[in-house]
Amino acid sequence: MVARRLGLGVLTLFVISLLIFGAVELLPGDLAQEILGQSATEETVAAFRRELGLDLPAYQRYLAWLGGVVQGDFGTSLANGRPIADLIGVRLGNTLFLALYAAVIAVPLALMLGILAALYRNSLFDRAINVVTLTSISFPEFFVAYILIVYLSQTGFFPSIARIDPDAGLGEKLYRTFLPALTLTLVVTAHMMRMTRAAIINLLASPYIEMARLKGLSPARVILKHALPNALAPIINVVALNLAYLITGVVVVEVVFVYPGLGQLMVDSVSKRDITVVQAAALIFACAYVLLNLLADVLSTLSNPRLVHKR
Amino acid sequence: MTQTPTTKDGFLQLSRRGMLQGAGALGGAALMGSLGLGSARAAPKKGGTMRLAMGHGSTSDSYDPATWDQAFVQVFATARNGYLTEIAADGSLIGEVAESWDVSPDAKVWTFKLRKGVTFHSGKSVMAEDVIASLNHHRGEDTKSAAKPIVAAIKEMRSDGDDTVVITLDAGNSDFPFILSDYHLAILPSSGGKIDTTSGDGCGAYAVQSYEPGVRASMTRNPNYWKSDRAHFDGVEMLTVIDPAARQNALVTGEVDVIDRVDTNTAHLLKRAPGIKILATTGTQHYTFAMDTRVAPFKDNNVRMALKYAIDRQELVDKVLNGYGEIGNDHPISRSNRYHAADLEQHVYDPDKAKHYLNQAGLDSLEVSLSAADAAYSGAVDAAVLYAERAAKAGITINVVREPNDGYWSNVWMKKPWSAVYWGGRPTEDWMFTTAYASGVAWNDTFWENERFNKLLVEARSELDDTKRRAIYEEMQGLVSNDGGAVIPMFASYVMAHTDKIMTPETVGPQWTLDGFRAIERWWFA
Repeated sequence: MVARRLGLGVLTLFVISLLIFGAVELLPGDLAQEILGQSATEETVAAFRRELGLDLPAYQRYLAWLGGVVQGDFGTSLANGRPIADLIGVRLGNTLFLALYAAVIAVPLALMLGILAALYRNSLFDRAINVVTLTSISFPEFFVAYILIVYLSQTGFFPSIARIDPDAGLGEKLYRTFLPALTLTLVVTAHMMRMTRAAIINLLASPYIEMARLKGLSPARVILKHALPNALAPIINVVALNLAYLITGVVVVEVVFVYPGLGQLMVDSVSKRDITVVQAAALIFACAYVLLNLLADVLSTLSNPRLVHKR
Repeated sequence: MTQTPTTKDGFLQLSRRGMLQGAGALGGAALMGSLGLGSARAAPKKGGTMRLAMGHGSTSDSYDPATWDQAFVQVFATARNGYLTEIAADGSLIGEVAESWDVSPDAKVWTFKLRKGVTFHSGKSVMAEDVIASLNHHRGEDTKSAAKPIVAAIKEMRSDGDDTVVITLDAGNSDFPFILSDYHLAILPSSGGKIDTTSGDGCGAYAVQSYEPGVRASMTRNPNYWKSDRAHFDGVEMLTVIDPAARQNALVTGEVDVIDRVDTNTAHLLKRAPGIKILATTGTQHYTFAMDTRVAPFKDNNVRMALKYAIDRQELVDKVLNGYGEIGNDHPISRSNRYHAADLEQHVYDPDKAKHYLNQAGLDSLEVSLSAADAAYSGAVDAAVLYAERAAKAGITINVVREPNDGYWSNVWMKKPWSAVYWGGRPTEDWMFTTAYASGVAWNDTFWENERFNKLLVEARSELDDTKRRAIYEEMQGLVSNDGGAVIPMFASYVMAHTDKIMTPETVGPQWTLDGFRAIERWWFA
């Protein structure tokens, strides 16, 4: 099953690369015009296109790009000639670091809060948790970020821009990127926490839970031991979705905290029509979704004995 | 409003002789004088790492001078590179890599003597062949350079020994050395007649340590830099911080020492922060509404005049620029230019006069569309809406069309009949007029053809007498103002901010942002 899904994933990536290429082609202007901007003249734009092969028909450029990618060569950035692997390598590392940092805080926090909320559902605690997490998810990310800057950065606790040296130590890195990680945590926690709570509460009405209660088990044991394992599948899916979001959707947070991740690279490249970089970044984002969804499916299958031990 | 006095009137009285002959040597002394004269400031001190956050910079930036287009690459390039000439803070021209120059009487053949002992960071000496290769990068059939039109007048270049370059122009141009200070025309090391567009080597004040386009650049002082009174910081770190709020936060929280592009909407709040100074300079940067003079109704000069009298310039300066700027008079020559026509009648908001011109054109009312987007300049859409509001009183209906930012320069500018435009301006009258007002040039965005203007332009270029030149340029400004196709309501200041630990010279160059792009080598820590 995994092999088939991976095969389908590759097909998905191919379709996505076609779509992205087509979409960038449809955007007005090309790389030569965007780079030269107001200074563009017909002659210089033409020379620029000749140099980069932009005067070739679209399908030829796509096939040339595809040919390279199949052999593992993503080519060079059209705009500044740097190899895409170098360009994306560092940025991808930064993005994954921040995503992981946020996930390490957010996932346990969300699960814990979700379980507690289910355990004490409709109590003051439950409501308070709901209000706080829903409020933080309702504000736009940049607003949450600015609020954190005002209270935690202008008071001198944390730096307002997440400038990280490549050779800085882990502690320094964690300190400098704390505010963006916290912002992302606030943004993704509500979704996961609400799903955990809902999935568990959903199960609490089932007969086997009632049985467990009648046996005289404590509420905590009922939820952790009996309800949670059966609620795992939806929770895993929603966690995977949020992890994918942390990798692909954080451009606003990157901009506010000046964090050099993939999102900013993608935005820059789209605005300059630097198609090779756009394609590579898009494929990475698509891969993140495909792989995380696959992982979620595998894990939810494993969490369900009926699916693991098929008759 | 501004805390550091900016250059105003009457400082650019430069005689032709001074400019043409050995201006380099003279200029160096003049600069020292202007720094020291009546200055209560302490002498510059060496040391420290200056951190500069800029509102520009993109992952797609490169070392190729052909593609430099925004302030991050411009300031970065100026810090690491040398140019043949430099425009000093007071607007005069001084020599940089060129120590002195001489010219034939018809202003056609220019001979540049290169300064001895100038080396690239790699240790290679700067030779005539490097200068020629650097300029050639922007010339010829296959160049993709944005600077191609600037150096189009060069007919031939040859070296005369290792330290002399002789440049022949296709027509006389007494402002030619000014052109060589253009930020594209950096002198780069060459081999085999070609410059290497992937290397950050240069002969400027700072050597590149690391550069990640769109993120940051760090540099250290060039120990062999030949200017003794410049390059005070030990090192410089440049950051791209696109978000204006993030930039201001970085300054307030002490993450950086200098920022550019202060959001003028919040400048008054930033000014209140302890230890922060706002620095505004007004030079040649101006905003225009360019009409296509080939099509109706803009074909008729009466319509153009009506539109020029239907705009409230002061209101735009107050509301769109928040006071950080000056009103314009429908020509692109600023008060910081040498031959600014101060006596020219100022166009003011006058609905009756606008109506009068409409009647002259045989119209009772006028309905036109104005294309704008914030890509043209920040506040362009607001400016257009304010314009429409005021013009309504004169019976002119302006439909403001909000265009997409994306692709504005390729799809809207010079394509739509009337659009909002940004111009950085040019340090000389000839350069500005030749770039955007002369007949048939690539960036003549009003498609304006004025016989008298075109004749005067050529005449002034090779004119030797200063008084005559002034008279000609003043007449030309009048022609653009009263016949041209651009409504030029305002000159916008460059607004920057720095901590009070940063010291700036008495005169800060207004030609471009950050002291004419040279803050890095001109400023110092207290």
